[in-house]
Amino acid sequence: MATALLAAGSAASLAAGPPTATVNTTGLAVTDDTVTVGQLHSATGTMAISETGSIQAEQLAIEQINEAGGILGRKIKIIVEDGASDWPTFAEKAKKLLVNDKVAAVFGCWTSASRKAVLPVFEKENGMLYYPTFYEGLEQSKNVIYTGQEATQQIIAGLDWMAKQKKAKTFYLIGSDYIWPRTSNKIARKHIENVLKGEVVGEEYYALGHTQFGSLINKIKLKKPDVIYAIVVGGSNVSFYKQLKAAGITGDKATLLTISVTEDEALGIGGENLVGFYSAMKYFQSLDNPNNKKFVEAFKKKYGDKAVIGDVTQAAYLGPWLWKLTVEKAGSFDIDKVAAASAGVEFKEAPEGYVRIHDSNHHLWSKLRIGQWSTDGQAKVLYESELIEPNPFPKGYQ
Amino acid sequence: MFKRFFGGRSGLTNLALLAILLFAVLPLSLDIFRLNLVGKYLTYAFVALGLVVLWGKGGVLSLGQGVFFGLGGYCMAMFLKLEASDPISTKIQSTPGIPDFMDWNQLKALPAFWVPFKSLPFSLLAVVVVPSVVAFIVGLAMFKRRVGGVYFAIITQALALILSLGIDGNQGVTGGRNGITDLRTLWGWDIRAQSSQYILYFVTCFLLLATIVGLQWLLSGRMGKTLGAIRDREDRVRFSGYDVDLFKVSAFVLAAGIAGVGGALFVLQVGFISPSLVGIVPSIEMVIFAAVGGRHSLLGAVYGTLIVNTGKSLFSETFPQLWLFAMGGLFIAVVVLFPNGLAGIWDLARRQGWSKFVRAKAGTAAADAVGLASTLSANPAKEGKS
Repeated sequence: MATALLAAGSAASLAAGPPTATVNTTGLAVTDDTVTVGQLHSATGTMAISETGSIQAEQLAIEQINEAGGILGRKIKIIVEDGASDWPTFAEKAKKLLVNDKVAAVFGCWTSASRKAVLPVFEKENGMLYYPTFYEGLEQSKNVIYTGQEATQQIIAGLDWMAKQKKAKTFYLIGSDYIWPRTSNKIARKHIENVLKGEVVGEEYYALGHTQFGSLINKIKLKKPDVIYAIVVGGSNVSFYKQLKAAGITGDKATLLTISVTEDEALGIGGENLVGFYSAMKYFQSLDNPNNKKFVEAFKKKYGDKAVIGDVTQAAYLGPWLWKLTVEKAGSFDIDKVAAASAGVEFKEAPEGYVRIHDSNHHLWSKLRIGQWSTDGQAKVLYESELIEPNPFPKGYQ
Repeated sequence: MFKRFFGGRSGLTNLALLAILLFAVLPLSLDIFRLNLVGKYLTYAFVALGLVVLWGKGGVLSLGQGVFFGLGGYCMAMFLKLEASDPISTKIQSTPGIPDFMDWNQLKALPAFWVPFKSLPFSLLAVVVVPSVVAFIVGLAMFKRRVGGVYFAIITQALALILSLGIDGNQGVTGGRNGITDLRTLWGWDIRAQSSQYILYFVTCFLLLATIVGLQWLLSGRMGKTLGAIRDREDRVRFSGYDVDLFKVSAFVLAAGIAGVGGALFVLQVGFISPSLVGIVPSIEMVIFAAVGGRHSLLGAVYGTLIVNTGKSLFSETFPQLWLFAMGGLFIAVVVLFPNGLAGIWDLARRQGWSKFVRAKAGTAAADAVGLASTLSANPAKEGKS
């Protein structure tokens, strides 16, 4: 013990950080000059195309933190693991990172299914996960910080704007068939019926990967809703928007609001198929503020001029920064102390603007924006809400 | 009798080697995380054993074994989920006492088909019976109509797709794409604790070895001989008065029941199940395990499963971006060079002596390879694995 203290003391004078014995009492992978974190996304498989942006953003943030002197005088080292778009693999790798590598934090996961698979591991082994994707809510854990929006944050303000600006009364809800679109549409329906006093004229779900939307498009033409509310994901997106355009349902004739298209998806769908449609997101690459300009510039410098940044990519970028701020607030890498210190942590330099971790539920206070797509695959921001409180278990919406 | 159970003296030696590896070498040399992984791999080995009977012995290739693995797993997971969803730990839900995903989908009561899974004996029985019954119905319908070969493989593949889509599409009662997660206890016994993981590992090993001995006995008897004859010359067996269909159905049911046991053990060790374990890709992967190990050899299938999965874990940890290429390379090498898998190498080498074997191998490999390579030509799907 004496030697450990001695070693820690000498390192402290070198690295100008507090001694390891005081900032790491639970045996995490923290030395006198490094701290190890894990990154757990799909580098291979069907989800790789979506998760690459998050991988890049997290690495950029960590690089910037290291350049600025690291955390508590320690440089961050990353262990990268591939979840391979396969949920049991995610659970296996999460366990490896926590049990074998003893990482101080993990940045990762993308789909709800992968998060659900690793959640018991993080709770059992007491790890810290920073999860970037907007998702359905209905979850809250001491061991997870949700840096994307939960469903109510993304949905309610968007629908309000549609009702106010477009005088929308009738809505047609469409989704891919899994928990996020279903939960989101459930919230949307309650809000439309109970608060906006509007009407849902149709609600339909299609299997993931579905590509034939002909019959749906006929129904839309028949019902003529004021707003088409679409939560179609993945490969289905491309067919969906192309077929809409081919059927003459375009931005100048119909109003379509989606919560599942970011700049990443727009790249695959093609701006020309999206023109005039709206997305409700907390972040768009085109946001005009100094933080975002700096972020976009750094991102393009590292990953090339053609790189696009979607909502989740930005949320992933927040993860390492929020962790750094929390660790510094706690004065410790210990998971329990970091989890406890998370409440109220503010990040003023966030590209999306100011964010703050909620006092009790580990989600972020954030704004919602409505963007309108143009041919170049970028969105013009038309509306920005106030900061919205995260509410993962919304009363009256279940 | 001894010969039938263990396959003679060399068979017994091989079995003993595997037992020593599983019961002594691995537990003593690996930490609990790695041992738990081996335990997980061994649950796939049950499926591979079933494939040895069905494909190696009977010549019937099924690309839908994930269905039976999944059904066994789901039966186990339903019991565990109900136990984890007691009214006290689910009190924040609008309807306490039902699994969380049902609550999210606005179900107010437990669906009727879930109710029996409150009973452990029923669930354990269902782990074997449900996959077997499904296999019996599908097998009877197919084989009675003389559907075989490639057509049978395609239909089993469709079965895998149907089941995984069916689970996906009915998330209120099945947990959907997320599957059934966060399983905690088995009759009050915490399955996540370290001690339980050791116990579950040894239970898995024991059941696996028992299955091997049982299958060894079965295959060395009339059942095995008839299956082999059907594989080599089906019409002759049929004309000799045997009910060929019934033998094939039996092999299919047997393989399904064993796969179900594997699925249940998987759930106990990994703590969740999802449709990603039921679909086409895992079903094909399981065929690869058997092919790499050697589809004619029970022990080979176990080693194949262990080696492929260990490779998968290690490669993917070391080269997160490139590991799929390494795995692809391994499969191609085995299929092209060693059509009878690792067990084939082992047998040949022991019979010929190693030096002669190496020389001979270079010449014959290419010719042998074509047959199996064409059987396996569906496998490049693996490279695009999702």
